[in-house]
Amino acid sequence: MSEISAEQVAHLANLARIALTDEEIGHLTTELAQIMHAVEKVSEVATPDVPPTSHPIPMQNVYRDDVVGNTLTAEEALSGAPESDGSRFVVTAILGEEQ
Amino acid sequence: MSDELIRLTAAELGEKLAAGDVSSVEATRAHLDRIAAVDGAVHAFLHVDGERAVETAADIDRRRAAGEALGPLAGVPIAIKDVLVTKGMPSTSGSRILEGWIPPYDATPVTKVRAAGLVPLGKTNMDEFAMGSSTEHSAYGPTHNPWDLDRIPGGSGGGSAASVAAFEAPLALGSDTGGSIRQPAHVTGTVGVKPTYGAVSRYGSIALASSLDQIGPVTRTVLDAALLHDVIAGHDPLDSTSLNMAWPSMAEAVRRADVSGLRIGVITELDGEGFQPGVRQRFHEALELLERNGAEIVEVSAPHFEYSIAAYYLILPAEASSNLAKFDSVRFGLRVTPDGAGTVEQVMAATREAGFGPEVKRRIILGTYALSAGYYDAYYGSAQKVRTLVQRDFDAAFAKVDVLASPTAPTTAFKFGEKLADPVSMYLNDIATIPANLAGVPGISVPTGLAPEDGLPVGIQFLAPAREDARLYNVGGALEQLLVAEWGGPLLGKAPDLTAHELFATEEGAL
Repeated sequence: MSEISAEQVAHLANLARIALTDEEIGHLTTELAQIMHAVEKVSEVATPDVPPTSHPIPMQNVYRDDVVGNTLTAEEALSGAPESDGSRFVVTAILGEEQ
Repeated sequence: MSDELIRLTAAELGEKLAAGDVSSVEATRAHLDRIAAVDGAVHAFLHVDGERAVETAADIDRRRAAGEALGPLAGVPIAIKDVLVTKGMPSTSGSRILEGWIPPYDATPVTKVRAAGLVPLGKTNMDEFAMGSSTEHSAYGPTHNPWDLDRIPGGSGGGSAASVAAFEAPLALGSDTGGSIRQPAHVTGTVGVKPTYGAVSRYGSIALASSLDQIGPVTRTVLDAALLHDVIAGHDPLDSTSLNMAWPSMAEAVRRADVSGLRIGVITELDGEGFQPGVRQRFHEALELLERNGAEIVEVSAPHFEYSIAAYYLILPAEASSNLAKFDSVRFGLRVTPDGAGTVEQVMAATREAGFGPEVKRRIILGTYALSAGYYDAYYGSAQKVRTLVQRDFDAAFAKVDVLASPTAPTTAFKFGEKLADPVSMYLNDIATIPANLAGVPGISVPTGLAPEDGLPVGIQFLAPAREDARLYNVGGALEQLLVAEWGGPLLGKAPDLTAHELFATEEGAL
């Protein structure tokens, strides 16, 4: 199961939006294979009859009344942004030329 | 006077403050002086806000003088792990991508400690986004273990543990996703508690793995941990996973500590191969001491614990890769624009490449892989099944015993660089602590002495069923009392004098 290629790592990096260098992709390809080899152990006991657990303490859906609570002001929400125009976050082009 | 103040426990300091023997400003200044004297060598703090700490302390002193009824920790200084957001104080989670970010709100545990009159001193160092067991993955350089400055203080909360071990703060807040409170406690001779999942609000805690993360106390004594636990626990409507229930007083559990008739289960799978002899020796001595004082020691098996690390290193990266998607160069933190500008996606990719360290990238890629189509069932799905099996092991064990015990971690503090090149061996540090996070049960680490072979501190871990955190304070408090009586004083009394070291280093530097 743990055959991982450099092309796969490059694809994962693109999905995760990290512009990895070729050198990083090289390291990660080796390391990922080692780590996956170690974690594949889970399949030894994860048989079909065992139900999965996603949350440690069983809980029901949690609701609250639909009333406005304490919220950040626009100024507070924008205070940490790399770029804003005072009321909105500013980003660069959303679409590339080929899109 | 100043040295006496920093060596008091939080409970003792709280009493002196209440009695008017000392002011919060004096106590706060004493700790700020200590930080100035030793933190150059220890590097427990990423940020110290001395001016605001003194202002907060002065306000508490004024309120006390005006006759206001204050809690037992009012006026006591506290250090805060940088994973918790703090209004007006930088919050980086140990990452370059959040360098200089000042959050517009407080995390709920921070709101609670402020409301209880505690005095925040600053933010403590950690592995980037809490990914690590040594603080070597902090973007701002590692924290040094006060017992031996060439060794790791544990992680990810090495900064919080080192700050209390070095007497820079009597109390600290930590977060524990796979052992990040308990393992640093073990290697620094301090106390650390991971409460039941949901006992303490995670609102404002920069999420690593949402189904595993829990905030808890980092202290020098079990009573101090209990007092802080009582302040931070409780339901929070801002965290939907927060448990809506009434908690008993943990401080009361320590004050009434009594192990007679208590059934303690020793986990067979966590008491053998891979554990350093001195770690096991002190563990068994502690159990014998408890047995002599009325506890019953029973051996129990947890056959699926050996699959915990594998399951953890699938679940954690999967959840982390989703949680860390928020670092997108738009709303907060770093923005790196590649040459020739580019689209928002290219800016995002360049920012994340520059802003994340190697361990964070490793885990995001791992998590993205584990969640990708075609692999999801084999990896993430199987890991969730292991989680069920680990919970069943706990259920079976707690049907026979009141609490479980194991060494907190397999070894004493290792040297910097020793495990950095081998991620899998680094991950093995958390073998004893991870099962509790997978099952959501609470755990405590209490110092049991120094390993004879290297003179470094080791701890014992107790685990209790979910919602039974008070049992940990009972057994931990009882053991601490017995051990301190045997030693003739607290273990940290044997730690090296850091100011002497600092002087020595300065003299050497002068030559």
